[in-house]
Amino acid sequence: MGIGAPMVVAFDEMSGTDTACRPGYEVLKRWLDGTTPELLGHRRAEAELLFRRMGITFAVYGEAEAEERLIPFDIIPRIITGSEWTHLARGLEQRVKALNAFLSDVYSRGEIMKAGIVPEDLVYRNPYYRPEMAGLRLPHDIYVMIGGIDIVRVDPDTFYVLEDNARTPSGVSYMLENREVMMRLFPDLFAEHRIAPVDNYPDALLATLKSVAPKTAPGDPTVALLTPGPFNSAYYEHSFLADKLGVELVEGRDLMVRDNVVYMRTTEGPKRVDVIYRRLDDDFLDPLSFRPDSMLGCPGLMNAYRAGTVSLANAVGTGVADDKAVYSYMPEIVKFYLGEEPILKNVPTYRCREADSLRYVLEHLEELVVKEVAGSGGYGMLIGPASDKKTRDLFAEKLKADPDNFIAQPTLALSTSPTFVDAGIAPRHVDLRPFVLTGADRVRIVPGGLTRVALKEGSLIVNSSQGGGTKDTWVLDA
Amino acid sequence: MLSRTAENLFWLARYVERAENTARILDAANRLAAIPISYAGGSNEWESAVAATGSAAGFQSLHAEATPEAVVDFLAFSPDNPSSIRSCLERARANARAVRTALTGEMWDSINGAWLGLKRFDGVRRDRIRLNEFLSFVKEASLRFDGSAYRTMLRNDAFCFSSLGSFIERADNTARILDVKYHVLLPAESNVGGGLDYFQWSSILRSVSANTAYHWVYRESLKPWLVADLLVLNDQLPRSLASCYDNIAAFLDELSQAYGRQGPAQRIARSTRNRLQNATMEGIFQSGLHEFLTEFIGENGRLGQAITDQYLV
Repeated sequence: MGIGAPMVVAFDEMSGTDTACRPGYEVLKRWLDGTTPELLGHRRAEAELLFRRMGITFAVYGEAEAEERLIPFDIIPRIITGSEWTHLARGLEQRVKALNAFLSDVYSRGEIMKAGIVPEDLVYRNPYYRPEMAGLRLPHDIYVMIGGIDIVRVDPDTFYVLEDNARTPSGVSYMLENREVMMRLFPDLFAEHRIAPVDNYPDALLATLKSVAPKTAPGDPTVALLTPGPFNSAYYEHSFLADKLGVELVEGRDLMVRDNVVYMRTTEGPKRVDVIYRRLDDDFLDPLSFRPDSMLGCPGLMNAYRAGTVSLANAVGTGVADDKAVYSYMPEIVKFYLGEEPILKNVPTYRCREADSLRYVLEHLEELVVKEVAGSGGYGMLIGPASDKKTRDLFAEKLKADPDNFIAQPTLALSTSPTFVDAGIAPRHVDLRPFVLTGADRVRIVPGGLTRVALKEGSLIVNSSQGGGTKDTWVLDA
Repeated sequence: MLSRTAENLFWLARYVERAENTARILDAANRLAAIPISYAGGSNEWESAVAATGSAAGFQSLHAEATPEAVVDFLAFSPDNPSSIRSCLERARANARAVRTALTGEMWDSINGAWLGLKRFDGVRRDRIRLNEFLSFVKEASLRFDGSAYRTMLRNDAFCFSSLGSFIERADNTARILDVKYHVLLPAESNVGGGLDYFQWSSILRSVSANTAYHWVYRESLKPWLVADLLVLNDQLPRSLASCYDNIAAFLDELSQAYGRQGPAQRIARSTRNRLQNATMEGIFQSGLHEFLTEFIGENGRLGQAITDQYLV
């Protein structure tokens, strides 16, 4: 029995709500109809072999056996037409511009709070708000250089933003490697489609990172990628990206700060670093400023950052913008800073901190999805329709004890995409995480992203830590 | 390059080398133990094998007696022995994983493949045939690693650090193998003890894969002082101390040229290389082979430390 089975038939990316074929899928559908499960199984085995060879693994916290496990890959691509993508890309750029404007405001004048649009306590008492950032002017006034915006679709015309990831969004290596594997396995399908390439992502990322270097940095600034180390679940991605970017993959112990300047320890002595693409959470960046027990960061890094000798991507304190409670204000945030209507919709969200909403949520728990405002990875949430009474009662207690910590949303009928499972080809729910790069010069969005798929029948949870898989995402050239 | 990257490369190469070396020692012990005592002498080959890997203390803390089963398990598979072949391959792979970006795809494949291949030998009955299979697997893994490094790595500082790791480990291993058997390697003028030691000498050669090489170089039947000469002073043999130090000194010189400065590591390496170049086997036997090897192992260890201090931290 799957969880969260939607009440209505979900919109399918390939067939819509009947058995027709939506534009863009014609060739793929014909190919799927003419291909045996044996061949698909054979190709899937080949794909797995390729992934294993490449060393793509991810670690799942709390599973002793699973220090290194392959993330499941589905060989049937998810297709987005050129016109759909144009719409999405405009919406993504708008959304990330608003996020950056919000962060800049939050850490300076706080106008949006003075205007009474976002409540002050939601920002200043937010666990991800960093007082250290208040009043600090960043060199290019950019906070979210790398944004991952999670998108879901419910019908042909409606895309919702499910979540903004403004801290250290991951998954882009899968976007790149999935494409690599697909091109090796299905050259004929690529020849029959005009699929926008994604392999310029590393170049776009490097240009973005260099563009945000401190203004005093040399013409060709030195970039490093800071990782928590091999035991981090996304380590493969960190090393993969460092390799593609051609920058050093550093751990905290490789860095040192002297006179408010950051250096890395090399075999030729200390070398100055201008931009750090950090894949390490704020808390661990600098034991002198944040968690004193952190062994992963570099003492003095925040002082150097505050002195403006080094740029961090993303900036410190961006978590205040991807909080799920702040999320519920995004439509207002877009309007406030950009004076535009949001292109991408928000999922209707009940803020449990508001008494009326809390009452409604408690009365409708079995229809709603309830999430912790600061949660991620699909943990700590209640999916009403899939829960039993006991679970709901327990959750209601948690909710009443700390309503500020929760938001609730209607259970969405996420779109499905044909997926190769044990029983053959069957629809499975998907989402999409495109990556938005914001540099001092311009915004860059590589057409595509990471499509995540919930492999369990009926499941709505696409997170890799909870049995989700990935697909290659094809944006067709318009 | 990052000091930590250099350190990982250095140790990656050392662990691969150590794994292969232990495989050869086990192979040689296995063969010698199969020969009747009346031919091979009364020494316990399994005890010598443990000693030659420099892990006697660790072994004794776990086992009372050096039975073939205990030694094979300890040297090949035991997770409790940090230098067992399994531990070496696991550590090599951990080092490789930490520096994926500094490795070529082929190098990563070779070490990751070896690590994956280890699983094939999990929980199987460890009879002699299986052991031989395992030892060939380890030797092939190490050849693949060396070969992929040699054929695919850029000839830059990364290559130097990886090569230094191989040669320093190799020099240490050769010296230890000799030191365990120094008592059967007697100078030319001493009384040769008949056929008894013949298989011991041949076993030493086998443990550095130099049986054939010996005959090509000397074109004589086995003579203990020539065995010693081959492994210590003959720079044609890739595992000899002299050859290792020719390479070590050359790679350190390359580093000092690339970086524009030199330090204690270069000086120590050069002095050891010069000593090996100027030494004769007569002289070494006169002042004592055991003393010579003990000093060499110590000096080689100091060089490893000097490289660490100068580049890797």
